[in-house]
Amino acid sequence: MPDASLFKGSLVYLTPGRVAESGLWARWQRDSQWMRLLDSEPPRPQPEAHHRKEDEQAGLPDGNGFGFCFRTLADDQLVGFVYVGILSWVHRDAIVAIGIGDRALTGKGYGTDAMRLALRYAFSELDLHRVTLNVFSNNERAIRSYEKAGFKHEGRLRQAMLRDGARLDIIYMGILRDEWLKMNANENETR
Amino acid sequence: MFERQLFEGESVRLTAYDPDKDAEVESKWTEDSDYLHAINERPAYPLSAHLIKKKHEERVKEAEKNRLFFWAVRKKDDDRLIGWARLSDFEWTHGAGTVALAVAAAADRNHGFGSDAMRLTLRFAFDELNLHRLRCTLPAYNEGGMRLAQRYGFVEEVRRREALWLNGGRYDEVWLGLLHKDVVYA
Repeated sequence: MPDASLFKGSLVYLTPGRVAESGLWARWQRDSQWMRLLDSEPPRPQPEAHHRKEDEQAGLPDGNGFGFCFRTLADDQLVGFVYVGILSWVHRDAIVAIGIGDRALTGKGYGTDAMRLALRYAFSELDLHRVTLNVFSNNERAIRSYEKAGFKHEGRLRQAMLRDGARLDIIYMGILRDEWLKMNANENETR
Repeated sequence: MFERQLFEGESVRLTAYDPDKDAEVESKWTEDSDYLHAINERPAYPLSAHLIKKKHEERVKEAEKNRLFFWAVRKKDDDRLIGWARLSDFEWTHGAGTVALAVAAAADRNHGFGSDAMRLTLRFAFDELNLHRLRCTLPAYNEGGMRLAQRYGFVEEVRRREALWLNGGRYDEVWLGLLHKDVVYA
């Protein structure tokens, strides 16, 4: 049965998206450089209650957002979050966001693995047609990870951000259902 | 001080939207599904004047928070409402925003009204709001809108492949971008 492994990757697995409960937001958001990679809005540290509310919204099963945390399979360590947000049910279009707040846990393939799980969720559980993401042009490690997960470049908003006096682009990437199916053809056959 | 009036074009002017008079007209526009498909990706659905007024209340709230600038576009000769123009989705820290406009009735298109309204809206965005860049989102099948934007210096920046599903076909959603330094007041 394919769904037996819907939440289980090769390095990480998806768990309920209760980031606030874990107290991790409070720790992560002290790292303003991380906050700056996550969002173009000015970083604004928020109290726990704020994040609890966000968690609740992301966890509503009938809503337009599907949020998860992900943990290592090896030692059950909390690594980060991944979120699939529906842009339109009519067009079957969604946007995905992912973050690893602890720098010691980056560069180990956890994020790429979690993104693959998010895509599997988007295409095989939600039956979407495409998934979008955006990433800032200075976040090269993230861009490489997204390429590995199967995203193709769809363009860039030129000079859309101003950071420390320099202009950055916002890069958009996307993956279509057919592309995802083709990429996973071998895996699907063995199931 | 100003070289010319901000809201006075050659054939149109940007004015306040008056829900008491304009909602009826706008409601009529929404009976044309081609118009609705050209302006956004939401399912085409006609709105009564009552619903239009409620929608306008949302616009007013957004405008009060400086998150929206919205104008009724009227012909200068007879003051008739022919469309609308808006600036929205601002990222003030980065000097970015989004422009959208429409000349609603088919009979009013191809008279240069949209182009005139675009010139005024861009000038407001760059010379009044001092934005660094603008975005304009169009379905790939809105070729007229694409040509209009390109005349003012917009270039294609992002193509969200097959993001739209309409009448059984998949269409791209195109995002055009314009930097302040590249604007051409065509």
